[in-house]
Amino acid sequence: MNDLIEIRWHGRGGQGAKTASLLLADAAFNTGKYIQGFPEYGPERMGAPITAYNRISINPIRIHSNIYEPDYVVVVDDTLLESVDVTAGLKQEGAIVINTTKDNDYIRKVLKGYKGEIYKIDARKISEEALGKYFPNVPMLAAIVKVSKIMTDEELLNDMKGSFKHKFAKKPEVIEGNMKALEIALKEVEKI
Amino acid sequence: MSIRERLSGNEAAAIAMKQINPDVVAAFPITPSTEIPQYFSSFVSNGEVNTEFVAVESEHSAMAATIGAEAAGGRAMTATSANGLSLMWEMIYIASSLRLPIVMSLVNRAVSGPLNIHNDHSDAMGVRDAGWIMMFSENNQEAYDNLIMAHRIAENKKVKLPLMVCQDGFITSHSIENIELLEDDVVKKFVGEYNPDEYLLNKNNPIAVGPLDLQSYLFEHKAAQAEAMRNAKQVILDVAKDFEEITGRKYSFFEEYKLDDAEIAIVCMNSTAGTTKYVVDNLRQKGIKAGLLKLRVFRPFPAEEIAKALGHLKAVAILDKADSLNAVGGALFQDVTSAMYVNKKEVPMVDYVYGIGGRDTKADDIESVYNDLAEIVKTGKIDNPYRYLGLRR
Repeated sequence: MNDLIEIRWHGRGGQGAKTASLLLADAAFNTGKYIQGFPEYGPERMGAPITAYNRISINPIRIHSNIYEPDYVVVVDDTLLESVDVTAGLKQEGAIVINTTKDNDYIRKVLKGYKGEIYKIDARKISEEALGKYFPNVPMLAAIVKVSKIMTDEELLNDMKGSFKHKFAKKPEVIEGNMKALEIALKEVEKI
Repeated sequence: MSIRERLSGNEAAAIAMKQINPDVVAAFPITPSTEIPQYFSSFVSNGEVNTEFVAVESEHSAMAATIGAEAAGGRAMTATSANGLSLMWEMIYIASSLRLPIVMSLVNRAVSGPLNIHNDHSDAMGVRDAGWIMMFSENNQEAYDNLIMAHRIAENKKVKLPLMVCQDGFITSHSIENIELLEDDVVKKFVGEYNPDEYLLNKNNPIAVGPLDLQSYLFEHKAAQAEAMRNAKQVILDVAKDFEEITGRKYSFFEEYKLDDAEIAIVCMNSTAGTTKYVVDNLRQKGIKAGLLKLRVFRPFPAEEIAKALGHLKAVAILDKADSLNAVGGALFQDVTSAMYVNKKEVPMVDYVYGIGGRDTKADDIESVYNDLAEIVKTGKIDNPYRYLGLRR
């Protein structure tokens, strides 16, 4: 792992991109890292495009600006691909992970020749199968962990089990489904 | 043993308040400080503190209620931002002139208008002459540490002044980062009991609070406030020393980052100092002698110490996250240049108004300031010292 990994999340208000960035920060923190997890607050509305960020490092992190040259980008909603420049500043040696069922030609075209690695995952299918509802953020969390190798699958699963127990203390029935969503997503994220 | 945690700046402030466990907290929610009273009210509901939480109907009342609580002999805290502080304005001066050591968490945000919820320092700069001790925090850790130290400074018998701990709205208030917390009992012991000499609920020694104060005395009372502000300097250092003993974290009026052998330097406050350190490290690798003075204590203003720390430099840039709209430069610039002049230090200095209304300050922006400073050193020319950083033209 590099000294500093920078991740940018693109989603829509209500899809949990901010929560996913905070969960990733949590999980990385629990494996002993220094972390930042922060959203870029604009006009907060359901469905409006939102951006969230992570910095993860083995050293203390002092920089306090948004991220302009991320190592990784996560796109939680593929309807953003045509309206937001999701690969802006994304490093060529990095990768982008997209929640989509669109075909590979479309994805390559809409990413305007991005030369780094492109991964896709059907977070809707996974979420609906595991939880019976559409919450794309948990599958996307698993996908970015798999692609960025910030931690091992086992570290993520062990840590998230603890986090979900805490987060869903009043809704224990959703813990199993979320764990299942993580497990499936770790297997299904694929490079195109 | 310290506790390794990850918290947002607002969470860090709320947890400091929980560990301080004041007698009264009165607050009204306003972005981006809303979470502080929100988290704190849950501590109250869960019985984790003994505090009387007063959910007031406005910030004016929040400050009035903390004034009442402190005058009665209690320890009181509040939190606010931007226009919340504006609405407190009248009571801010009452608090300091009554010598009530209230502690406030100020999550800095642009004062309207036009309406903006994002970070700059216009709220804090608006009360810089109100007689409050003002401390600034680079990150969640410093927001927490400064709050833990706050009551010991404010309540000191030689000081007795209200104190605000500032941090950058959203940039640190809503960013989750690593933090080292102290154990509850360590904080309790460090902060100690509050035993005011005189207070309203002391039936053995009745006093009046806030009577009319005309030509015969107001001047003397203001002079006493000024003296208390001067006294605060030594107390701030003493408390920092005690704090270092329990945490290993060293604080003073300001932090000098690679400043000793620097030729060019930036002076700034709050989160931008972190980004500046990152840039300084990069520049140092290229052999450029860049440094930083991160101001922690803005009131009392450590003029002599700053002049001493900057006197050897070849050029200095002051970053002001609020514009004084006075046609000559921001408040920090005015204070630092005045400190240099009075202490007979002649160093070329320029001011950059930056980050207004949440305009993001990138590492590249900071690097451009150091490039400008290098140019000033090379040519000896400044032209216009009152500049902008990150303004779209």
